[in-house]
Amino acid sequence: MYSDKVMDHFMNPRNVGDMEDADGVGTEGNPTCGDAMKIYIKVEDDRIVDAKFKTFGCGAAIAVSSMVTEMVKGKTLDEALAISKETVADALGGLPAQKMHCSNLGADALKKAIEDYKSRQKQQKPPAAEKLQKPEKKQRQKKTTKKKNP
Amino acid sequence: MRKCYFDHVATNPLHPDVLEAMMPYLKEEFGNPLSVYEYGARAKSAIDDAREKVAGMINSKPAEIIFTASGAEANNFALRGIAIAKQNEGKHILVSRMEHHSILNSARFLEKSGFAVTYLPVDKKGFVDPDTVKKAITRETTLISVVHASSEVGTIEPVKEIVKVAKEKNIIVHTDAVATAGNIPVDVKDLGVDLMSMAAHQFYGPKGAGALYVKQGLRIVPLIYGGIQESGRRAGTENVPAIVGMGKAAELAKNEMPERIEYLKPLRDRIIETMSGVENVYLTGDRENRLPAHASFCVEFIEGEAMLLLLAAKGFFVASGSACSSKALKASPVLLSMGIPSSLAQGSIVFSLGMGNTSEDIDYLLNEFPLVIRRLREISPYAKGWGDREEGGQCTATK
Repeated sequence: MYSDKVMDHFMNPRNVGDMEDADGVGTEGNPTCGDAMKIYIKVEDDRIVDAKFKTFGCGAAIAVSSMVTEMVKGKTLDEALAISKETVADALGGLPAQKMHCSNLGADALKKAIEDYKSRQKQQKPPAAEKLQKPEKKQRQKKTTKKKNP
Repeated sequence: MRKCYFDHVATNPLHPDVLEAMMPYLKEEFGNPLSVYEYGARAKSAIDDAREKVAGMINSKPAEIIFTASGAEANNFALRGIAIAKQNEGKHILVSRMEHHSILNSARFLEKSGFAVTYLPVDKKGFVDPDTVKKAITRETTLISVVHASSEVGTIEPVKEIVKVAKEKNIIVHTDAVATAGNIPVDVKDLGVDLMSMAAHQFYGPKGAGALYVKQGLRIVPLIYGGIQESGRRAGTENVPAIVGMGKAAELAKNEMPERIEYLKPLRDRIIETMSGVENVYLTGDRENRLPAHASFCVEFIEGEAMLLLLAAKGFFVASGSACSSKALKASPVLLSMGIPSSLAQGSIVFSLGMGNTSEDIDYLLNEFPLVIRRLREISPYAKGWGDREEGGQCTATK
């Protein structure tokens, strides 16, 4: 029923755990329905440097959580936001059709964690500083892409 | 690796003696029982013999047994066949919330066809209260269908008491005995039911063979029209090898039943006693009035399919009523109707034992299962309680 990659991530999930000093936390799903995921991210200079998860759910839900935390590490927030249900499923070698929607919560939980991080940043900074932040953010991203492809 | 098949409510392996009895009818004895020449005569006599054996297992007359292709067919046949046969007397039937899909979906079909259906509630242990039945009866009620025992939680229903209530009002009673017939003593005269469904593969017989007991003199409208097979009540050339297998399985079940129960019950009890001691693990169904080889639980804070996969990796083959482990992606309606919260129902797990299981298999299970639970709780965000979980949210799982 599941691909070898799904079974590998289910049997040996990566990045399981809580993160007390997380910069962003996102939860998605509902145990009433069968699957619920909580993802923690650690962010430095707009880049996700660490991710952990806790998941209640089936084999697919756990494998998806494990895969998402692996995929986001080292990515900029914008790159991480580009991760979708489809890219996670592809990275896992596909998911059974009936699991695509209900158990594939990783990308949505991740988005919520990034939103949480961003709203925490807003609260910390005065509005004037935030305006200055924006162009700076873009510049930094460009720099990093250049570094990647010299 | 040790392989432990603990899913006998799904199906049973074939008893070697059953296979042996079936073999000639898969090979040289291929005749059609309706043929007048010797091939037909031998096939007919094989079916007659099987009918006697099935009747013997449940204390009925052979003529009261109608062979079907499955327990589900027998359930469809009973519900629709009686509701329609009796529709001039009334168009109301009662079914319990513990029923198999083959009863529930037949009831829904009848509702769409203009019948009224009352779904009888159950208590926390899954029992249907005969008093509830009494109160639900109207002047229009013609049929009551209550499962003899639920294969999901193992609770054995008070069918005899329900029959008493029904008979005061002359109402027909059907019981789905798929989980009980061949596994515990079932006597239709003692129970007093008018109709009863059975399936051969639940007692070491083959798949593709079921039967409906229909009390002599009761009129039932066929589900399948055609030839005169089964006294014109169920058309179609008989599945002779499967019917022969069902007969042999019934004979063996009748003869070996006391030893089988004596063997299985202590194994089941060990599972129940040990697992009930694990934190936040709850037995589902009744402790006393339950199937002798059935142990079912809800394990809180983790999900059933994940348990099932980790157990399968260790060689255990079990079932779950969680949403994720069902093809329909819905938690078991039986568990929900017993008042088990949906989040807890996701942790459903069912062990159903059979004669191939040994005491060593149970040792192995009781060693490994708590480790599986611990491992999944380490991954679960709710391991310390449900906390701030969302309640009553809309599930998108049906997409």
